Amino acid sequence: MVDFPILSLMTALPLIGALFIFFIRGDAETVDRNAKFTAFYCSTFTFALALFMLGRFDGTTADFQFVEKADWFPSLGISYHMGVDGISVFFVALSAFLTPLCILASWTSIKKRVKEYMIAFLVLETMMIGTFCALDAVLFYVFFEGVLIPMFLIIGVWGGPRRVYSAFKFFLYTLLGSVLMLLALLTMYFQVGTTDIPTLMENPVARDLQMWLWVAFFASFAVKMPMWPVHTWLPDAHVEAPTAGSVILAGVLLKMGGYGFLRFSLPMFPEASAYYADFVYWLSVIAIIYTSLVALVQEDMKKLIAYSSVAHMGFVTLGIFTATSQGIEGGIFQMISHGVISGALFLIVGVVYDRLHTREIARYGGIVKNMPKYATIFMIFMLGSVGLPGTSGFVGEFLTLLGAFRVDTTVALFATTGVVLGAAYMLVLYKRVVFGEAVNKDAAAMKDLDQREVFIFVPLVLLVIWLGVAPGYVMERISPSVDKLIAQYETALEQTQVIGVEPAAGETIWTPEAMPHD
Amino acid sequence: MEILAVFPPLFAFLLAGLFGKQIGAAGAQFVTCAAVILSAFCSVVLFFDVVFDQDPRTVVLAGWIASGDFSVNWALRVDQLTAVMLCVINIVSSCVHVYSIGYMSHDPCKGRFMAYLSLFTFAMLMLVTADNLLQLFFGWEGVGLASYLLIGFWNHKNSANAAAVKAFVVNRVGDFGLALGVMATFFVFGTVEFEAIFDKAPELATHTFNFLGYELHSITVITLLLFIGACGKSAQLGLHTWLPDAMEGPTPVSALIHAATMVTAGVFLMARFSPVLEYAPLTLQVICIVGGLTAFVAATIGLTQFDIKRVIAYSTMSQLGYMFFAIGVSAYGAAIFHLMTHAFFKALLFLGAGSVIHAMSDEQDMRKMGGIYKMIPFTYGLMWIGSLALAGIPLFAGYYSKDIILESAFADHTWFGNFAFWLGIAAALMTAFYSWRLILMTFHGKPRADEKVMAHVHESPAVMLSPLVVLATGALFAGAVFYEPFVAGDHHEPELVAHEVELEREVEAPTYEGGHEESVWNRHAFWGESLKVLHENDTVQAAHHVPEWVKLLPLFMGLGGIFLAYVIYMWREGVAQKLAAGLKPLYNLSFNKWYFDELYQKVFVESAWGLGRFFSVSGDRKIIDRYGPDGVASASAGIAGLLQRFQSGYMYQYAFVMIIAVIGLMSWFVFRTGM
Repeated sequence: MVDFPILSLMTALPLIGALFIFFIRGDAETVDRNAKFTAFYCSTFTFALALFMLGRFDGTTADFQFVEKADWFPSLGISYHMGVDGISVFFVALSAFLTPLCILASWTSIKKRVKEYMIAFLVLETMMIGTFCALDAVLFYVFFEGVLIPMFLIIGVWGGPRRVYSAFKFFLYTLLGSVLMLLALLTMYFQVGTTDIPTLMENPVARDLQMWLWVAFFASFAVKMPMWPVHTWLPDAHVEAPTAGSVILAGVLLKMGGYGFLRFSLPMFPEASAYYADFVYWLSVIAIIYTSLVALVQEDMKKLIAYSSVAHMGFVTLGIFTATSQGIEGGIFQMISHGVISGALFLIVGVVYDRLHTREIARYGGIVKNMPKYATIFMIFMLGSVGLPGTSGFVGEFLTLLGAFRVDTTVALFATTGVVLGAAYMLVLYKRVVFGEAVNKDAAAMKDLDQREVFIFVPLVLLVIWLGVAPGYVMERISPSVDKLIAQYETALEQTQVIGVEPAAGETIWTPEAMPHD
Repeated sequence: MEILAVFPPLFAFLLAGLFGKQIGAAGAQFVTCAAVILSAFCSVVLFFDVVFDQDPRTVVLAGWIASGDFSVNWALRVDQLTAVMLCVINIVSSCVHVYSIGYMSHDPCKGRFMAYLSLFTFAMLMLVTADNLLQLFFGWEGVGLASYLLIGFWNHKNSANAAAVKAFVVNRVGDFGLALGVMATFFVFGTVEFEAIFDKAPELATHTFNFLGYELHSITVITLLLFIGACGKSAQLGLHTWLPDAMEGPTPVSALIHAATMVTAGVFLMARFSPVLEYAPLTLQVICIVGGLTAFVAATIGLTQFDIKRVIAYSTMSQLGYMFFAIGVSAYGAAIFHLMTHAFFKALLFLGAGSVIHAMSDEQDMRKMGGIYKMIPFTYGLMWIGSLALAGIPLFAGYYSKDIILESAFADHTWFGNFAFWLGIAAALMTAFYSWRLILMTFHGKPRADEKVMAHVHESPAVMLSPLVVLATGALFAGAVFYEPFVAGDHHEPELVAHEVELEREVEAPTYEGGHEESVWNRHAFWGESLKVLHENDTVQAAHHVPEWVKLLPLFMGLGGIFLAYVIYMWREGVAQKLAAGLKPLYNLSFNKWYFDELYQKVFVESAWGLGRFFSVSGDRKIIDRYGPDGVASASAGIAGLLQRFQSGYMYQYAFVMIIAVIGLMSWFVFRTGM
């Protein structure tokens, strides 16, 4: 524990940095340089705080830690309430970890409106950290939706040629979900009389209402994940977003959906979650197979990786709704791992995009000769994405499948086909970009990674391997919170059965008793 | 000692891979060779420790994954089976490492090649020392990765890259089964650690669970799923298509990975699972049939190929088929015996072929060879030794291991045992035939290469030939020396039977009171608890009592095959062409590898790409986008236009979306709950 409000500090620090940048004056070059350095130092310091927080985090308890609480709208029962538990702490760390890398990655590739870009990024960081720390539903909603604004701007201002269409599509999709979530939050507020998340988690609402609210929250989180069939904004957004935008989008923003399921859907609507679980499984399985096949035929590198993200998030939703410890812990781990790997893969694409200004796979080939460092690093992330044991990608994927197998073997069977398809599209991508004859002279002549780029990738590589070989550090800290979540979930389901609510026809509620023991 | 037998190659890989520039090619070669030789030495010491002192052990290194009731460790389990594997892997790998110094001497990326070889060796060692299924899976995928990297080592060649991807993806199809098998094991046994699984297996012999909606026999389902994985790695019929293409890799790779070690991982997995497999008669039956068919089909393809390496590749596949049907009749010891002898003589053949290719200026087509036996006599002699061992000629290693497999299959006295036996006999004839076809086409007859190549033909340097001598020693003696401990029959059979009936009809490792010598040179004592055979399945014992003709038939087949090859390719010129023309349909079937590649291309590859394109264009763009965001956008733009008469501002687009969504949701929910 620490005796200063570390979470608020981490949330506010980027915002303060952004304010500083806002007031930078001088000639254009000085402004740009100062803006970059301010943003970098500010985000690095935030990351240092995040490491400090991880160091002080007590991995043996499921309680919220570093809690801060202050009245906000006392008359309405809304408070400023922050805190992290095992489920959220690593997402905070992930956000703080990726932001400085993103700023470094934008160092030379962003040439116009650098000052505004850096401001947008720091605001984005505040919103991300805030989302994962907020323990009041209204506060959460503010941050959760606040993320959209800087992201919308980053795509819309610094994006590619079709940026306006993409930004619009992104906004439209996410707004659809957000509006429903707001309605649901209001309903809950009127039912329970508070917006305090821990209180809401302890007091599930009535079953009938749960069914409604679950759907409303689901709409919002499913778009964010994104789940099939509301995923089509993601490839467009990724393709048009600047590299760093894609990294944050894939690395952190997609995780907000999964985090939402864990923080809201499962604990607050346990019966509805059990009721809709089959529905989520099949959407996840469709996502895994469908988007993997789509990824196979993409000609645009970023689109391919974007589709692979949808497939990987399919494992996450599948795992979470199995409500088994392997499924949920695997889902969380998969999100962390995917945050690192897909972020890194977008950076990898960014490296060659900076040099050749095209994302078309066919324009590359045979670059291994001139870029051995690049090829090696790309290989490691490619293998992580494929889920090779020894990389972080394997742990999450395997555990979610293990969880799925315990609940429904058919679902597990279909989901496991993802490991074959995943290998196919990633290996084909790698082969076409890196190996082969050097047909395109300009591609083959590209320079290898410079020091700045190596500096960006080394921590990512180490993380992928460390998480793959010794996932214990993370898993141990996740598990108390997950255990508590599952215990509450199961208690809630059991109570319903004791009270004797007749399950509707064709309804399947997963219970521990229904699980065959050997 | 356990750690020293496994980890040096990993450090060599890291050193040679990360600091290749600093230490140079020679440094990389030295580091990697030294590391593997050190490991080889340690594994021999371990072998004596574990086998002679009957002291299997498990060293836990660290925790790996723990989640809920699931937990696995990084551990090194060294029992008798592992000890044998460790020796085979490390010795063959050392030979290949040293050989590669010579073979790759003209390649600009020597350091990288050596690093990959070491990575492979490490992964393979992790595979065989695993004490749980997940670490085995780690090694399993690790060897797959190394295989992928080495097949595609010459990454400027598109054919090599395609072969590498194919190998990885086809293996992943097998891994799909293996992964599900691991999950099912955890589901049924509640653990993935071998020791616990094996202890529980007898209790769960009749256990069933719900799989894909059917109530099925658990152990059968699990073992069949694991077998799918084994099929992928060991190139059994159906999932074999990657192996011949894998010959795109440099020849030392083919010898180490695609003949001696990696492809035998499936056999190892099945043998490791013998305490479970014994309770899954249906799985054994399936393994037996698939193994028999593989041995036969691969041999028929080997008859007509012209690429020297592909002939040996199909021969490997065929021999793997033998090992599998040995597993299928519960002759695990025989399968591992053949695995070991095969590792020696097949690595010898591959490296010998490499020596030929080296001499012929990288020519692999046997139609462009011939008449060189006097120029490279040493290689020629070694190829003879390898081929004699492969054909199963007495005193050579393959004779002992192949015969015990065939005899066990016959002694099983079941229809599938007989099925495999006769396919195996037919394959034995073809094996001898294509082996001598290879020797005669490559070394004898008139030279068919151009003069420039012929002028350049030379014997390989000592650094390449000395490893061959080591392997040739194995090919000569491994069979005779290890026959007794691996597969010999019991001398005191009647007593043992009576003794075992009491012990619930299971073969326990009897503890002898005598000295070490006596206790080890007996197959029960030798294998200890690492292999388990139910008494009624003990075909290795029964194999010693088969009729005399069964024991002699494989030998006659081998001699007959050699004789036929001499007739067709040496004494009667032109017969080969006439035969090919006369048996056109059969010849085409064999030459085109039974059309597996064409079939898979049509059924799987094209349909996957087709579906992908369909989903991408029709699914995402024409349906989801059109009726989703774009549709909403254009509709709302239209309606907003109407609404502008009352109010102006784009807020209404969003408001409209909101209303539509709420209405949609309500109607959906009302419809759903039937209110």
